[in-house]
Amino acid sequence: MAKHLLGIQDLSKEDLLYYLKSAQNFIEVSLRDIKKVPSLRGKTIVNLFLEPSTRTRTSFEIAGNRLSADVVTINGVDSSVNKGETLLDTVQTLAAMSPDILVIRHKESGCAKFLARHIPNLSIVNAGDGMHEHPTQALLDCLTLEQHFAEKIHGKLTIAIVGDIIHSRVARSNIYAHGLLGNKIRLIGPPTLLPEYFGSKECLGHNLSGKQQIEIFHNLKEGLKGVDVVMCLRMQLERQDSFFVPTIGDYSREFRINQSHIDSICPEAVLFHPGPVNRGVEVSSNVAYGDNSLVNKQVANGIALRMAVLFNLASGNRAQEI
Amino acid sequence: MKTLISNGLIIDPSQNYSEQADLIIENGRVLDIGSKGKFSGLKPEETFDANGLWVVPGLVDLHVHFREPGFEGKENVESGSKAAVLGGYTTVCAMPNTKPVNDNAYLTRYMIEKAAQVGLCSVLPIGALTKGSLGKEMSPLSELREAGCIAFSDDGEPIYDAGLMRRALEWCSMFGAVICCHEEDKTLTRGGVMNESALSARLGLPGMPTVAEDVMVARDIELARYTKGKVHICHVSTARSLELVRRAKNDGILVTCEVTPHHLHLTEECVCEYDTNSKMSPPLRSETDVIALRQGLKDGSIDAIASDHAPHELDSKNVEFCKASFGIIGLQTNLPLILDFVRDRTISAVQAVNLLSSGPARSLGIEAGTIKKGSMANITLIDPDFEWSLKAESIVSKSKNTPFIGRIFNGIAKHVFYKGVLKVQNSKLTGN
Repeated sequence: MAKHLLGIQDLSKEDLLYYLKSAQNFIEVSLRDIKKVPSLRGKTIVNLFLEPSTRTRTSFEIAGNRLSADVVTINGVDSSVNKGETLLDTVQTLAAMSPDILVIRHKESGCAKFLARHIPNLSIVNAGDGMHEHPTQALLDCLTLEQHFAEKIHGKLTIAIVGDIIHSRVARSNIYAHGLLGNKIRLIGPPTLLPEYFGSKECLGHNLSGKQQIEIFHNLKEGLKGVDVVMCLRMQLERQDSFFVPTIGDYSREFRINQSHIDSICPEAVLFHPGPVNRGVEVSSNVAYGDNSLVNKQVANGIALRMAVLFNLASGNRAQEI
Repeated sequence: MKTLISNGLIIDPSQNYSEQADLIIENGRVLDIGSKGKFSGLKPEETFDANGLWVVPGLVDLHVHFREPGFEGKENVESGSKAAVLGGYTTVCAMPNTKPVNDNAYLTRYMIEKAAQVGLCSVLPIGALTKGSLGKEMSPLSELREAGCIAFSDDGEPIYDAGLMRRALEWCSMFGAVICCHEEDKTLTRGGVMNESALSARLGLPGMPTVAEDVMVARDIELARYTKGKVHICHVSTARSLELVRRAKNDGILVTCEVTPHHLHLTEECVCEYDTNSKMSPPLRSETDVIALRQGLKDGSIDAIASDHAPHELDSKNVEFCKASFGIIGLQTNLPLILDFVRDRTISAVQAVNLLSSGPARSLGIEAGTIKKGSMANITLIDPDFEWSLKAESIVSKSKNTPFIGRIFNGIAKHVFYKGVLKVQNSKLTGN
């Protein structure tokens, strides 16, 4: 197992499956009355969240706690970055306190790699870097798919990712993951949020096998035909200052996933959403948490998956020390 | 006092000259050029054996940032001049994005005086086209011209107001001054930090599309056509922009252009690991663009090599990619990077020297880039094959922001004369 988890791009299929298998073992912990195992007792985990986050931050915190690690969480508003300290200095300061793992959420793409390059002796987990990657989200999505579809996740699924692709780290990490698993990938969105080059091998297709390709659709209904999974992305309202859509209403008119789409085009499909949901914008309220939705399963699985990640990275360190 | 440079390969593109010959300097000027031994009767006090070396006009860089006044932590006129002359340059044109911006005669005179004190090379100020480079009102162009500005530019900032650009071109046409344009429609680049492409999408970095450059190049070519003014396109980086310039030249429009060595050598792939020394504006582009630019060297559509020497201290580069400053230094590495294209036969030696000296001088109409009889003895002796590698400590700029550290280079400026005085000997500053 590598020292860091910076992105799905760097993982092999074996790595990915190993994380899923490991996570399966941790699911049971959260079902117990006493939700705690001693696996990481004496280990220190720092969660440095420099961008707003509720579910990912809480999920990492709970995952660390259930493994008995000592968990410290720093939010952007509390950190010295707000006093003008550079990110590198902040993290170097934290590293001097000898944590075992640093979990970082940051608005700049590439910053997890940047830190991994400059700070040796610290395992870094990327909890979302700008528009680049969100590896634990993709892994927990795979875990949720595996629970639902079992063996079919190995190349038998057609996955549609819908919406604000260009700004989405969740999309990128999931595209890499399904590239590894051999599933069919469809991207659906307007050309402004989904340029044609997203379909190219140079973009996100480096791990696609021979016949596999990334298909691009600019029409929601056509794109949804025959899919098993609909991954609805959050419309990143905070990034819409550059005319990506005429109006949010227009976006919804073209790409909001309604119950009628599900019923008439892909009634068997399951719906994913990384949250937080803009109800009525990218997905109608009744669909977001409706019968086809696995959104709450995703959140629950997030804990087990992150336990697996933290456990493997932290105990990997232990093995090195011995 | 006479100095003889004997038996070098004298290459002077300004007079289509390329021969093994002798050159004699007297009182800071080129006295004459002639066949070997021709001047022995003149009894020169000093003789330089230039056997195996190229003897060329002192190199001319149309695009440097010397950061003084305002950002002396990054570079100043002295450190910049040292980098220039060690790189073989005797003339550099300093962009006006200092602090305050060089939009007035006082500052122009200050820079010229400062450079004269340092005395290593000519530093010719390019004045801000608009006050504060804010694009709203024109600077006092005539006054700046008189004070010593050799061209005008709001480098780093495009001139959005086409009406202002039109009038400025018309005004400048009175005295033949050129307007140097940083071509970027920032409503199209909007926070971009690298070339927009499949790669920027993969890296999750906001892109700067090629069309942001192309639309501005197209506009300014049309304005030059309409006004008969002179436009110089700074650091062309896209295949399309170069094609637009090529066609404009065929149409007889007064347009020239420069390209940087890094845009000729590197592609956007250098950004892969979020290396901030690969972050510049315009950004490193695709391989297609690089190939097109090299073709432009060959067919003569490119007039000049310019470094866009942009020093930035470590603190503004050792940060997250989006936060890092744009730009790299180049004065000490331009020459060997262009000589690479002589070795791979993309261009001839004469073409290379032209792109580095006579071509840039002609583009802005400055008196440099020639070693004609009677001209200022700004002369660079190049050892075209000398192998060396770039180490951080051999960089004399205050800033070390270059992706070329560790690279093996071939070719170096061995000796440099500025106004007839030897400033660099055996690739080291003489202290003269």
